[in-house]
Amino acid sequence: MFHRESGVFKTSYVADMAVYPLPIAKWTVAALTALFAVVVPLAMSEYYLSILNLILIAVVGALGLNILVGYTGQISIGHGALMSVGAYTAANLITRLHAPFWLALPAGGAMAAAIGTVIGIPSLRIKGLYLAIATLAGQLIIEWTINHVPWISGGVQASIEVPRPTFLGTQLRTQTQLYLFLLFFAAVAIVGTINLARSRVGRAFIAIRDQDIAAEIIGIDIFRYKLLAFALSSFYAGVTGVLYTYYLGVANYEQFQINVSIDYLAMIIIGGLGSVLGSILGAIFVILLPIATRWLLEGLGGLFLSSADLANIIPNLRLVMFGALIVIFLALEPEGLSRLWRNIVAYFRVWPFSY
Amino acid sequence: MTRMTTGTLALAAVAAALAWMAGSAPAQQKEVVIGEQCDRTGATQIVGVILCPGIMDYINLINSKGGVEGYRIRLVEIDHEYKVPPAIEAYERHKAEGAVSIMLYGTPQTQALTQKLNEDKIPGTSPGFGTSAAANGTRYPYIFPVAASYWSQGAAAIKFIKDRLGGNLEGKRIAYLFYDNPAGREPMVILEDLRKIEKFELKTFAVPPPGVELGAQVLDITQRLRPDFVISHLFGRSPSLAMKELKRAGYPLSKVVGLVWASAEADVQAAGGWSVAEGYHTVQFAGVGDDYPARQEIVAMYKAQGKGPPKEMQSTVYYNRGLLIGALHVEAVRNAIKARGGEKPTGEDVKKGFEAIHGLTLGGLVPPLELSASDHEGGGWVQIFQAKGGKFVKETDWFRAYQEVLAKQLKAE
Repeated sequence: MFHRESGVFKTSYVADMAVYPLPIAKWTVAALTALFAVVVPLAMSEYYLSILNLILIAVVGALGLNILVGYTGQISIGHGALMSVGAYTAANLITRLHAPFWLALPAGGAMAAAIGTVIGIPSLRIKGLYLAIATLAGQLIIEWTINHVPWISGGVQASIEVPRPTFLGTQLRTQTQLYLFLLFFAAVAIVGTINLARSRVGRAFIAIRDQDIAAEIIGIDIFRYKLLAFALSSFYAGVTGVLYTYYLGVANYEQFQINVSIDYLAMIIIGGLGSVLGSILGAIFVILLPIATRWLLEGLGGLFLSSADLANIIPNLRLVMFGALIVIFLALEPEGLSRLWRNIVAYFRVWPFSY
Repeated sequence: MTRMTTGTLALAAVAAALAWMAGSAPAQQKEVVIGEQCDRTGATQIVGVILCPGIMDYINLINSKGGVEGYRIRLVEIDHEYKVPPAIEAYERHKAEGAVSIMLYGTPQTQALTQKLNEDKIPGTSPGFGTSAAANGTRYPYIFPVAASYWSQGAAAIKFIKDRLGGNLEGKRIAYLFYDNPAGREPMVILEDLRKIEKFELKTFAVPPPGVELGAQVLDITQRLRPDFVISHLFGRSPSLAMKELKRAGYPLSKVVGLVWASAEADVQAAGGWSVAEGYHTVQFAGVGDDYPARQEIVAMYKAQGKGPPKEMQSTVYYNRGLLIGALHVEAVRNAIKARGGEKPTGEDVKKGFEAIHGLTLGGLVPPLELSASDHEGGGWVQIFQAKGGKFVKETDWFRAYQEVLAKQLKAE
């Protein structure tokens, strides 16, 4: 926290629902925007920007999955495949019709939303583990279809090369250009999710998560809102797939296999279910932690070990450390990193007078 | 509040990273950096744990002999668990460290990086990975498969079968047992072309990922089709299972030929040992076995350090492929430095260095590669080895087959 709060006395519902509870919050957001849109791209080298780019893409996907799992309480192990739906839709539009990105992105999202809604139909009857298996089936069916229908996948190799996005006549090639491109969509996704959670729809989602029968009794159309959650969440997933395709310059089904679905679930569980901040922290954690542990091990390991041993030990030790840190963080705070952060903030809000 | 956290975290990460970069600034003689991607922990770790030490040993050997044209080679290995995002990070890291060539690892990773390599003008090698179409150097200027593609392997396998069956394939039955993914399906176009030319009967049997269920396919092959020969194009755990199942069904393994990823000592061991695999033929793009001077030199190098040879050397198929990859990069860098008259080469120079490779044999370990600006495959040479009495025995010398069929297909792509 950069600012200390005081004098927050809400007297109306409008004030309670405000995005900025204090004027200073508005300034913080402005400062952050300036930091990420101006300072970061100017100050950081290509290498660090490339890591940030991977994180930005993951943030969009994690937010989408969090809408479904965190806010609505439904589960999906099929999000990897939905990303590939977005990726291949966009890739086909781009290569066949030369669609610009402002068309390819929403189209990829819309196609994923349509297919995600179909995958979500079982959620109307089943919950929990049963739904997990049903969405897993969705993942496998989509993978198989893309793999075996050359019209979609563009041939035997099941990969379609895509030119990078063009904006105002410039092709976005460098990491800095791509960073700004991705930052824009990640920002839109973040703002969209924050506002979704405050809206009627978002509240309906949360009501369904907390107790779906009760939600139905107070007048929420479960059928509609569950499918809407699947559609919205899949839209995010589709857009993630398209962003990924633009970033890599290729749509390839092997980039969206089941382990990707699991990675994204890991992100939101570690970060915190039902929290925008959690999705962001989770994406950072899952992408950055393996890299950071390697930096650490390389820095320390060179002191004790030969290069041949080091090459073998680093990747294995990294996996162990990654697993151990997940366990430690979840044991420390089962509700994820976002809760951990809130606890820290709550502590400092009253510090040093804790009572 | 939300975005503020992101900011603090990102800043902390950046600070940590910068501190690390500053701490490890090298201060040595002239050096050339080569980036190496590897998978020692992911889906294909069975290959990576042998192949990557092979590369590393070769580079160490070159450095112990004084490097290349006065330059020390610094090999930067990064493990990507066979996942794409870490491979991107690894590539950017290599680029930031000034790598002039990249040893790619894995098909999805190769495809994900193809465009980046072109933009940054850094050559990458993908032996046994990526698409066969990448042999076309005009279309993919910075990707070097440098080893027989799946198309070349398929054509060579048919030629081999033809020779085994008395020089005529007309009316013969050939089964193609393959892993049901893009790489597994890739040779099929060539096999289909050859079926028309040689007039044999071709039947395909897909093994769905993860490739551990192939009892039904094997039963189909052995009981119904009863083919004259089987081509096995499998990955990971499934080659060994295929050997086991075919053996159990009573099909002679001397009528089975495995393509390059179904062909290592590790597969034989997993199938139950050499007695099970006896007779099995394997297609190889690097020499197999111990009789190569480079291997003896590496043993000598370890001995000079007072150590025994590393255990990875016993697994000769993947280890020797590692030597091949190392040797090709060293040769390309050497060509590049020579062309620059001793100056430090750039990625573009090393690309030309790759295209100038010819006459590199390493005592028979490397095929008679002839790379050029348009041919990045180097001819598509393979050797065939047979499992016999506890090791792989060479059956054919370097050969290639049906060049005109391959050329036609390459043009059509």
